[in-house]
Amino acid sequence: METKRADTVTAPRRFPMREVVLFAAVLVAVLGVYAVMGSAYGTRMLVEAACYAILALGLTIQWGYAGQFNAGVMGFVALGGFCAMFFSIPVNPAFWDSELPGELGLALLYMIGAVLLVFGATRLDRVGVPKVLRTVIAVLLAVVLYLVVINVFRDVTGQIESRAGFIGGLGLPVGVGWVVGGALAGGVGYFIGRICLGLRSDYLAIATLGIAEIIKAFLKNSDWLTRGTATVSPLPWPVPGPGEVGFTLARALYFSITAVMIAVIFFLLTRAYHAPWGRMIRAIRDNEVSAAAMGKDINKRRLEIFVLGCILMGIGGAALASFNSIFDPQGYLPLNHTFLVLVMVILGGPGNNLGTIFGAVAVYIIWIMSAPMALFLMDMAMALGAGLGWDTPTNMDSRALQARVFVIGLLITLVLRFAPKGLLPEKVKHHG
Amino acid sequence: MPLLDARDVHGGYGGMNILNGVNMTIEADDIGVIVGPNGAGKSTMLKAVFGLLFVNQGQILLRGEPIHNLPPNQLVERGMGFVPQENNVFPSLTVKENLEMGAYLKPGNVKRMLDKVYGFFPPLFEKRHQPAGELSGGQRQMVAMGRALMAEPDVLLLDEPTAGLSPLYMNEILERVKEINAAGVGILMVEQNAKQALAIADKGFVLAAGQNRFTDTGAALLADPEVAKSFLGG
Amino acid sequence: MNELVFFINNVLVSGSVSGSIYAIGAVGVTLVFSIMRFAHFAHADMMTFGAFMVLLLTSVFPGAGAAFGVPTALVMLPLAMALTALLAVGIDRAFYKPLRAHGVKPIVLVIGSLGVTLMLQGLIRLFSGTGGQSLYVDDRKEIFRLALPIEGVRVPVVITEPQFYLFVLTIVAVVALHLFLSRSRLGKAMRAMSDNPDLAQASGINTNTIVAVTWVIVGGLAAIAGTLLSLDVTFKPDLSFFLLLPIFAAAIVGGVGRPYGAIAGGFVVGFAETLAVFNWSVMLRPFRDSLPEWLLQSGNLAFVGTEYKIVVPFFILVAILIWRPTGIFKGKVI
Repeated sequence: METKRADTVTAPRRFPMREVVLFAAVLVAVLGVYAVMGSAYGTRMLVEAACYAILALGLTIQWGYAGQFNAGVMGFVALGGFCAMFFSIPVNPAFWDSELPGELGLALLYMIGAVLLVFGATRLDRVGVPKVLRTVIAVLLAVVLYLVVINVFRDVTGQIESRAGFIGGLGLPVGVGWVVGGALAGGVGYFIGRICLGLRSDYLAIATLGIAEIIKAFLKNSDWLTRGTATVSPLPWPVPGPGEVGFTLARALYFSITAVMIAVIFFLLTRAYHAPWGRMIRAIRDNEVSAAAMGKDINKRRLEIFVLGCILMGIGGAALASFNSIFDPQGYLPLNHTFLVLVMVILGGPGNNLGTIFGAVAVYIIWIMSAPMALFLMDMAMALGAGLGWDTPTNMDSRALQARVFVIGLLITLVLRFAPKGLLPEKVKHHG
Repeated sequence: MPLLDARDVHGGYGGMNILNGVNMTIEADDIGVIVGPNGAGKSTMLKAVFGLLFVNQGQILLRGEPIHNLPPNQLVERGMGFVPQENNVFPSLTVKENLEMGAYLKPGNVKRMLDKVYGFFPPLFEKRHQPAGELSGGQRQMVAMGRALMAEPDVLLLDEPTAGLSPLYMNEILERVKEINAAGVGILMVEQNAKQALAIADKGFVLAAGQNRFTDTGAALLADPEVAKSFLGG
Repeated sequence: MNELVFFINNVLVSGSVSGSIYAIGAVGVTLVFSIMRFAHFAHADMMTFGAFMVLLLTSVFPGAGAAFGVPTALVMLPLAMALTALLAVGIDRAFYKPLRAHGVKPIVLVIGSLGVTLMLQGLIRLFSGTGGQSLYVDDRKEIFRLALPIEGVRVPVVITEPQFYLFVLTIVAVVALHLFLSRSRLGKAMRAMSDNPDLAQASGINTNTIVAVTWVIVGGLAAIAGTLLSLDVTFKPDLSFFLLLPIFAAAIVGGVGRPYGAIAGGFVVGFAETLAVFNWSVMLRPFRDSLPEWLLQSGNLAFVGTEYKIVVPFFILVAILIWRPTGIFKGKVI
């Protein structure tokens, strides 16, 4: 590169003491887990932490780069997980050998036709129909066609459930599902982003929260597509599985794949951050009014960054589902898949990719270790309570896990108050 | 002892000083008018007096007591009223409710003061149940001034009360200012329409670049050829 | 005519029930927004907290209701409201006020409120367990059957006792809120601060006091809304995420920052939900002679299944954000 930009030239080179110390601490913690829990467990933890790091990178570009708050990470993760399942698991002959695929296709065609008809009705005013009449026609048509299509659908899906169980997968390589998962999540992100564009970020938070619950409700109740609460397993791995090469090696291979993905994403993001595009994004975040005055297309940039973040969440979610080898729509919880990621980002350092990865790994270790620790503490408390003659409630285990909910919440509020820029803050350089 | 006494006031926003040593003195029955070119610090000075701006050097005294950097609600308690230039009414509250908010700290006075304010501004009585946001610009200015009067201030700060009004309303508002002053309220106002404002002023302050350029009676400033040439458009 | 009664029971009554709950919840959200300018995500868990306080108090003094001839839960409600109000003020002091003092962007307060909501959730579930519990500890739920004086109508209009109290409570709460906002000095000051915070301060209104008063009212309303919900069904500690969306949708439909709009919005969302899950094929029965065969064959003419109820508020939210982001009553511009 022949032209050095001001922000890369003027930043004084210093020894990254903070980074080294923090990552060394994480390394010690990882080694500790390996020592105490064994290498198979430790490697599993690392893979999951890596998947979470991808999710966290997605959130850090939305929140850290652009100041958009996504309260529905869970939904995008679930979409990714669904695609990973749908594309990779074996084909279900009970479905494909019947006439059901044709009927499902027909139902989809009906749906497309209905959408086109309604869309056409909204354009009736172009041919001279009064606008009020057009609206009435369009709404009525939409209601009637909706009822027709939904009934056809219920019929077909009900038959699929009773005769074939569910439609099964496509039996394609795992990577296909991951890519499509990212694309699907990005598509949903585009839809949400378009609606909330130009409105205050509170609306984006509400809308993403809603879409996440809807995606979960859809995946949970569409037994014909996902087997719903019956869950789908096992999902194939992109690398040799534990059955072939043993737990530790298989997980290590999986980890190397996720590590490469993180490295690639990290490299691309860092380049984009320092490119004019990244500077524009930050300029918009820091001062919307003056950025707009400079003639920058704020809404387009914002949409780009939001969709990009959602794509990463979809990919991360796909990798996570494949690794767990089970697709369980009920297993997607706001706590585990939205707020945990949020803590990783704000604790690590929103807008700082390295800080985000640090936050992801560190928080995940704490998270995974907190369950046995909470149970241990609860057992202690119960023993103490029994000694004092209290009658302890029965469902202590599930209650102990609720303590983690509290801790995550407390962590969020404490970080916002005392370390609002995270442990590894974004290095803000003053740019023209 | 003067009612309001500002001595060598420095202040500004975010480390940048806009006021570089402003002095003004208002007696209890004075109308003081601040004029000057754009960016001279006129409105900034008014905000400094009302505690909306950090004063980092100098003093502002109200009846001899230092008041700079006190929060606005304490200044209201000490008898100061402030009418901002823009956003000076509560649009969704009715006219009457707007006025009641002015007497928020003196709820016992509401009835008596309402009558007094309706006396100054008869149109407000007719529209007392209408949301203030629906009124015309001139009537809104009346609501704003009425709201400030409700607390029975000793001194009223007005930031460009005639900005954006038609000449008819402008004269009306300035007449009211004179009446309010005659009823025993000291006035300190910033005005763009310098000639009309100086005509009713007991004291005039011409500011430029955050400092006093000329300080005299209103009439003397109007008569001063140099003031006329540089600041009153000839 | 029996179909009409069926409609009343399944749509009018249950729509009013969820409408009331959403309305009272949305008023709280909209009040926080109008004074502090952020979307308060912890509101649903404040509701749960209020209901939980009622549950606790009811199980401590199960006989208190009999003295007044009403369910114990209702007797305990004022106390629970006070406790929830205290909680709300405490939360503000501990978590939101420091953030405001730092002058953070509103969205940071939103994230802070998500942290608070998790803390509340964790605490409530830690103490209550995760199962559902009835607020009617000792009392039996009466069921009122109102037979309509029309010939040929065999089905009565059914209103349960908790639903009756729910309507009474909603009306009392709305009237009290209206009187407070339009008559009292503090209520007017709240509206003034919502309109123009700078001018409110210049009028001598102590904004810290107004913020505290707002939290007291928001906490009280949250306790009412939570209790209404738990009276209608049962107390469950994990309702909050499903409540947030309809409540926010209601607040936005009504125009953010407009308490009366929020009430209207609550009923819009409540009725939209019940209408969407209502099986319309029942209503076609009287016309079965004159309708085509295929229409009657499909037994289910509901727009969405109950399992997709949450889609309805979301759809309303999306529609209002696209066509009229300020809401039907022109709320704050955001």
